[in-house]
Amino acid sequence: MKSALKVTLGMAAALAATTAMTGVSQAEDLTLCWAAWDPANALVELSKDFTAQTGIGMKFEFVPWTNYADRFLNELNSKGKLCDLIIGDSQWIGGSAENGHYVKLNDFFDKEGIKMSDFVDATVVGYSQWPKNTPNYWALPAMGDVVGWTYRKDWFTKPELQKEFKEKYGWDLDAPKTFEQLKQVAEFFQNREIDGKKVYGASIYTERGSEGVTMGVMDVLYSFGFKYENPDKPYEMEGFVNSDKSVKGLEFYKALYDCCTPPGASNSYMGEGVDAFKSGQVAMHMNFAFTWPGLQKDEAVGGDKVGFFANPAGPDGEQFAQLGGQGISVVSYSDKQESALKYIKWFADKDVQAKWWSLGGFSCLKAVVEDPKFPDSQPYAKTFLDSMAIVKDFWAEPSYASLLQASQKRFHDYVVAGQGTAKEALDGLVKDWTEVFEDDGKM
Amino acid sequence: MQDLTGRRPVVTDTHPSLLDRTMEAAARATPEPLATTVRGLSDRMVAWIFIAPTILLLLAINIFPLIWTIRLSFTNYRANRPNEAVKDIGLSNYARILTDSDTWMAMQTTAHFVLWTIVLQTLIGFTLAYLIDRKFRGHAVWTTIILVPMMLSPAVVGNFWRFLYEPQIGLFAYIVSFFTGIPPTEILMLSNVTLAPWAIVIVDTWMWTPYVMLICLAGLRSIPDYIYEAAEVDRASNWRQFWSITLPMALPFIMLAVLFRGIENFKMFDMVNLLTGGGPGSTTEVASITLKREAFEKWRTGFSSAFAIILFVAVFGLANIYVKVLNRVKSR
Amino acid sequence: MSAAAHSVVEPSTTSKRVAATLVIVYAVVSMIPLFWIFATSFKTPPDSIAYPPKIVFTPSIEGYCNLFTTRTRQTAEYINALPPATSFCDETTRKRNMVIAGPSNFLPRFLNSIVIAFGSTFLAVFLGTLAAYGFSRFKVPLADDLLFFILSTRFMPPIAVAIPIYLMYREIGLSDTALGMILLYTAVNVSLAVWLLKGFIDEIPREYEEAAMIDGYTRLQAFWRVVLPQATTGIAATAIFCLIFAWNEYAFAALLTSGTAQTAPPFIPTIIGEGGQDWPAVAAGTTIFLVPILVFTILLRKQLLRGITFGAVRK
Repeated sequence: MKSALKVTLGMAAALAATTAMTGVSQAEDLTLCWAAWDPANALVELSKDFTAQTGIGMKFEFVPWTNYADRFLNELNSKGKLCDLIIGDSQWIGGSAENGHYVKLNDFFDKEGIKMSDFVDATVVGYSQWPKNTPNYWALPAMGDVVGWTYRKDWFTKPELQKEFKEKYGWDLDAPKTFEQLKQVAEFFQNREIDGKKVYGASIYTERGSEGVTMGVMDVLYSFGFKYENPDKPYEMEGFVNSDKSVKGLEFYKALYDCCTPPGASNSYMGEGVDAFKSGQVAMHMNFAFTWPGLQKDEAVGGDKVGFFANPAGPDGEQFAQLGGQGISVVSYSDKQESALKYIKWFADKDVQAKWWSLGGFSCLKAVVEDPKFPDSQPYAKTFLDSMAIVKDFWAEPSYASLLQASQKRFHDYVVAGQGTAKEALDGLVKDWTEVFEDDGKM
Repeated sequence: MQDLTGRRPVVTDTHPSLLDRTMEAAARATPEPLATTVRGLSDRMVAWIFIAPTILLLLAINIFPLIWTIRLSFTNYRANRPNEAVKDIGLSNYARILTDSDTWMAMQTTAHFVLWTIVLQTLIGFTLAYLIDRKFRGHAVWTTIILVPMMLSPAVVGNFWRFLYEPQIGLFAYIVSFFTGIPPTEILMLSNVTLAPWAIVIVDTWMWTPYVMLICLAGLRSIPDYIYEAAEVDRASNWRQFWSITLPMALPFIMLAVLFRGIENFKMFDMVNLLTGGGPGSTTEVASITLKREAFEKWRTGFSSAFAIILFVAVFGLANIYVKVLNRVKSR
Repeated sequence: MSAAAHSVVEPSTTSKRVAATLVIVYAVVSMIPLFWIFATSFKTPPDSIAYPPKIVFTPSIEGYCNLFTTRTRQTAEYINALPPATSFCDETTRKRNMVIAGPSNFLPRFLNSIVIAFGSTFLAVFLGTLAAYGFSRFKVPLADDLLFFILSTRFMPPIAVAIPIYLMYREIGLSDTALGMILLYTAVNVSLAVWLLKGFIDEIPREYEEAAMIDGYTRLQAFWRVVLPQATTGIAATAIFCLIFAWNEYAFAALLTSGTAQTAPPFIPTIIGEGGQDWPAVAAGTTIFLVPILVFTILLRKQLLRGITFGAVRK
C-alpha cells in the first residue's frame, strides 16, 4: 500500500515538474541543429559571441553522423519546431527546397547585402542552390568539407622503412599521388610492427546504416571515371554508373578493404576513422577535412606526426573528391525565423568567418580562404584548398534518400559482405536508381 | 481519484469516522450536479463509463491508425512529398513486396533469428528452471539476479554490447580468445558475415533466457508433489519421471514461453538496430529493420504500409494462437 | 504432508550442490556485461579502450563529466588564457586540451524519460483499473472479443504502428511532444494494465462490495472504498510494469521524437566523443539509466511472472 502511495506521489511530482520545466524554457532562445562533431563544438564556442551581441540565447541539438540524416529529415518531414536553424547536409537541399522545409533566402540576402559571389563557388552550388546552377538560395554556405586523407608522417619518414619501401616498390615512400600508390603504401604498412604495436594500412569508410560506405566508394569511383549520368541525357545511367571504369574502381575499393584495413572495420565512418588514426592503428586515414584540425591538435598523433594529402588520382589521371559540408538554413516551421535570420546575418560577417576558421570550422567565405596567408595558416589549409577544387557530390535530388539507401545496400553487400561481383553490384544499382527515378516520374 | 488513492491506507471498515470524513472529501471534490447524477447510475452505465475511455483511447491510437495504414497501403503515398498527388495503385504494393527478393531475405533472416533464439532460450531456460527447482539454499536470491537482464532496455544495453563485441578492445573477444587461443583481432562478431547473425542471437539469449526460465519454473512448481510420490511408489526412475511427468506437465508453460518469445522476436527492432543495423551487408536485416528503412528512410509510405499490414497479419495470427494457449494454461 | 512423504520428492544433497553450482555460474556469467558497464563508466577514455581490457584501473569520474557536458578541442595557448578551472570536470577536460563548451542534452533527455514514463504509467493504470473493474464485475457484451482486441494491440510491431502515428501526430501537432508520447505509451500499456488488473480484481470477493452496497454505498463508492484498497498491491505491481515498458521503450521514441520530447534510450547510443562513441560516457549514462530498473526488479520479484505473462501464470 505504501508503495502505491509513493508511486502516486512520484507521478504527481513528475507531472508538476513537467509543467514547471515548460514554463522555464526561454521563448527567444534559438535552437540550432547539426551533426555532433568537432566543428559543431567549435560553433558552440563561436556562438557565445552572438549571444553576447544580441542577447539571444543559443541551444544546440547535435546528432552523430550515423543518425543525423535519419533524425533531422524525420524532424523536417514531421514539420517539427525543434530546430530554428539547421545545418543540413548538402544532399538534402533538393527535397528541403521542394517540400518547403527551408525558408528561401534570396530576399533576405538582397536586403542585407549578403552576396553569394563572396563565397567559394563550389560551396554555393553544393550547399545553397536548388535547382543547381540557378540563383535560388536556400542556405548560406557554412562549413566547407571534402574527403581527403591524413597519414602518419613520422612513420613515412623512418629511414629503415623508406629504404625497405623503395626496394620493394621502386619509388620513394611519400604521400601517394595515385590510388595505385595508395594501395601499395597500405599493403606495405598492413600488419607491420611499429614501435611494438601491430599497425594496419588504411582506414576507409564502410558504414552501412547511413551514408558511410557510399561516401567512401564514390570518393574513389569518381577518379576511376564513374559518372552519375549521361552528360547529354539526364538520368541515363546505363554505361555510366556501371561502366568498366566504375567496375574497376569498385573492385579497387573492395581490394583495399580486404587487404589493408584494421580487423573488424566493417562499419566505420568518420568517428571510427578518427579513433583508428588517433589510437595509432593505421598509417593512412580517409576522412572529411573537418577531422583535420582535431588531429593536428591531438597530443598523440598530431603536430609533426600527421600529414595531409588530397584524394589521389585514378588510373587515367582523373582526380576528384567527394564533397561534404553544409549550408545553414532557416526552418520554415520555426516560430522564430526573424531571430534565426539575425544569426545567419551575424554568421556571414567576415570577422566571424575568420574566427570560425581559427576555432576549427571550415569557412566558405572567399575573403577568408583566398587570403594570401590562408594556405600557411594551418598545415592542412593547402590540402583543403586543393581538395575543394576537385569536388563532386552525390545526387541532391529530392529522392536522394532512396538513391542513397540503394547504394548503401549494393556497396555494403559487395565490399563488406563479399556478395556477388562489382559488375553485378553496379548493374543492380542502375536498376535500383532507375526504379527511383521512374517512381518520381523523371524517366 | 489520485487524492483518494493516496489517502486510502488509513481508510478501513473499522474506522467509520475516518471513512465518513473521506466520503465527505470525495463529495466535495465532485461537483454537486455530477455527484447526484453519478449516484443514480445503473451498473450498466458504470460499466460503460469505466470501459469506454480505454476503448476510445485504443480506437484513437490503435484502430484508426490501422485503418489509415490499410488505406495507404493501396497508394503510392510518400510522407516526405506533401505536394505530390497521391495515386491509387491497387494491390501493386502487395505484389511488389511478395515478389521482392529483399523482403523475402528479411523474412528469412527473421525466421532464423526467431528459430535460434527460441531453441537456445528454451534449452537453457528450462535447464536453469529445473536446476533452480532443486530448491538449494539461496535459490531465491540467485533467481532474482538471473532475472535482471530481461528487465533492462534492449536498446541501451544492446548498444553497449557493441563495445563488448569490439574485436580488440572488447571484453567478449578477449574472453573467447582466452579460452580458445584464437587471436582477439580475428573474433569479428559484428563484421563477419557468418558470425554477425550469432552476435544478435547471443545478446537476445542473454537478455531473454531468464524469461523462459521464469515461466518454466512456474510450470515445474505447478506439478503437485503427490504425482512424484506416486511415481516413487511405482519405482519409476528419475529419468522416467522426467519424461513422463515433468516434461509433459510443464509443456503448456514452455509453449507459452516459446510463443511469447516468438512474437516478440518476430517484431524485433531495437536491439538489432543498435547492434548491427542490419549489417554486414544485409546479413542481419530482420523484417522490422527493412520496414524502418522503407518507411522512415526511403519514405515509401504506401509501400511500407503494405509491408506493415503483412506483418500485422502474421503477428495477429500468432497472437491468436497465443491467446488460445494462454487460456489453456489459465484453465489448469 | 508428512515429513517422510516429503523426503521422497526432496532432491538429494548432491543434486542440490550440482544445481547450485551451475545456477550460480550462470548468474555470475550473465552479470559480466552489467558489471562491465558499471566498470567502464568509471574508466578514463584511454583506459576504456586499452588492450587487453583493464579489469584493474584507477577509477575516474571523467565518463560522468563527459556525459553531462559538450567539449571542444582547443590549442594550449587558448586554454592557458582562460581563467583557472573551477571544478574537477573543468580540470580533467583541460588536461585533454579541451574546454567545456556547455551542458550536454543528457539531463533534459533523462527528465523527459521520467515525465513520459510516469505520466503514461499513471494514465494507463488509471484507465486500466476502471476498465478492469468493468470487465471483472459486469456482463459486458462481447467481453472476450474486446479483451482479445485489447491484448492484441500489444503485439503489433512497433515500426508498423509508428507509420500511421507519425502521420497522425504530424497532422494534429503532436510530433515530438511529451503529450504525444504519453498518449502512445498509455495506449500500449493499457492492454497490459487491463489484463493484469482484471486478474487482481477477480481475486477480490464480490461479497465485499455487495455488503457495502447493502449498507447504502453506491456502486461507485463501493469501488472507491472497498475494491481499490484491496487492489493496491496489484495496482502498484501493474504500475511498475507499465513504468518499465515506458522507461525502456526505444522504437517509438526514436521515430516520433527528435529533441524536445526525446527520451534517454534513443539518446544514450548517440553520445559520442571526438571520434566514435565515448564509451565511458555511454556507460555512465547507461548506469544512471539502469539503476531505477534494478531497484524495481528487486521490488517486483514476486509479481514478475504475472506481469510478463499478462496474468496467465500467477504463481
